[in-house]
Amino acid sequence: MLEIADVHTYYGESHVLHGVSLAVGPGEIVTILGRNGMGKTTLIRSVIGFTPARRGTIRFKGEDITRWPPFRAVEHGMGLVPQGRRVFPSLTVRENLEVAARGNGGRWTLAKVHELFPRLQERAGNRANKLSGGEQQMLAIGRALMTNPDLLLMDEPTEGLAPLLVREVGRVIAELKREGLSILLVEQNLPMALKVADRVHVLSRGQIVYSSTPSELSANHEIQSRYLGV
Amino acid sequence: MTAEFWIIQTFNGLSYGALLFLLASGLSLIFGVMRIVNLAHGSYFMLGGYVGLSVVWRTGSFAAAVLVGALAIALIGIAMERLFLRRLSGQVLGQVLMTIGFALIFQDAALLIWGGDPYTIPVPGPLRGVLRAGALSFPTYRAFIVVVAAVVATLLWLALDRTRVGARIRAAVDDAEMAQGVGINVPLLSLAVFALGAFLAAMGGVIGGAFLGVYPGADFEVLPYAFVVVIVGGLGSLPGAMVGSLLVGLLDNFGKALFPELSYFTLFAPMALILALRPTGLFGRA
Ligand SMILES: Nc1ncnc2c1ncn2[C@@H]1O[C@H](COP(=O)(O)OP(=O)(O)O)[C@@H](O)[C@H]1O
Ligand SMILES: [Mg+2]
Repeated sequence: MLEIADVHTYYGESHVLHGVSLAVGPGEIVTILGRNGMGKTTLIRSVIGFTPARRGTIRFKGEDITRWPPFRAVEHGMGLVPQGRRVFPSLTVRENLEVAARGNGGRWTLAKVHELFPRLQERAGNRANKLSGGEQQMLAIGRALMTNPDLLLMDEPTEGLAPLLVREVGRVIAELKREGLSILLVEQNLPMALKVADRVHVLSRGQIVYSSTPSELSANHEIQSRYLGV
Repeated sequence: MTAEFWIIQTFNGLSYGALLFLLASGLSLIFGVMRIVNLAHGSYFMLGGYVGLSVVWRTGSFAAAVLVGALAIALIGIAMERLFLRRLSGQVLGQVLMTIGFALIFQDAALLIWGGDPYTIPVPGPLRGVLRAGALSFPTYRAFIVVVAAVVATLLWLALDRTRVGARIRAAVDDAEMAQGVGINVPLLSLAVFALGAFLAAMGGVIGGAFLGVYPGADFEVLPYAFVVVIVGGLGSLPGAMVGSLLVGLLDNFGKALFPELSYFTLFAPMALILALRPTGLFGRA
């Protein structure tokens, strides 16, 4: 589904990712862990094309998308739930969902998103900037689903949410996995990450320093304290 | 000062504001979507006027002048965005310099083609004369400008507020990067908005050419007004461009009528005040 090979990414002259490689298979959830500032968001930005990798390649569903503009990657089946939600503040909730609709006859429609997040239907006519943080997160996820992705990139979807809502996001991720979606998930909430992931990678200073199954990481307290501050 | 003076001057300010709206609405949208400070926008106004002039000389048709002038300049806008500005995307300073370069080239080209004499586009027959209301009389052509701007404003508003493309444009104004992240073809959308902005400015140039004239230097004369409108109204906001245009039109007109020697002051002092109180403009968001 997604193969990231030896990716180096820069902001101007600042070298942030130093040769990251990983893969996400069909129907798989791969989680990236790591402290703040280690390059997790930069990795997501490289995959979607916001900050294209300067060296290395990113292949997605058989195509080399390393230098594709972001909208093309989305058309090709990549969905993005960005860090900080980034819903369109001056659009209504319904418009936020509709602008993302690709009309490609996929599974996700307004009705289906409303079914997953009934709250979004209740607030359909409200401007997105009037929503609570939790509602904005639901909207950001719903918006990405409207593009009918095969692979979902999720960057800290539980950031700043109350425990109840963190569980809700966990439930949604599990449900999306059941539907067969592949997910590349960046998460700081360790219990949640361990619960949903098939495999985990730990990122430190722009490099992957540890890779394992969730249960192996769960047992490895040295890695947890060295790289995750647990 | 009689009531008559105030009514007439208000009407004049309104019609000047209407013309400014044609010029500035596109500039505002272009900035909103692309964050490009287009210093060649006044050139579209001037070039539109010149092309319209040539069309009127050839065909005698005012309607053809408006249409051909606006379309020709829209094509120039498309070429400028597609072939030049896009290469500098994200480099704000480079883009500004490039648009200044274009403005200077357009100025010289116009001088070369149309010479240095001032011209006026003849007002078509039915729009000559005056409208009377009691003891007051208003030039028909100025009323025509107000009607045109009102129609354009309504169409733009409907398109932005009620259509899918309009929602995509608003999404790109909110967050252009994220708009791409949900699959919106922002480069294509930007090109369309840029063309529309050039079209409207040139249309303003032809229509304005019949009452302000068409002359060398018109480009840099209208440019500051357009920027005042956009900055006061709020970058990227259509309602802002509407209110800003009327405000600037009225302020400029009353300033010139009441305190001719202070007319820049009466225009720019309120602008500075508005910006001090609302740095993002009347309708802008941070
Ligand atoms: N737009 C940017 N310009 C320059 N440096 C940036 C930018 N965004 C992030 N960085 C730097 O890149 C590094 C990685 O940041 P980021 O990918 O956001 O980390 P994470 O998501 O793991 O917290 C940090 O040192 C950060 O300061
Ligand atoms: Mg981050």
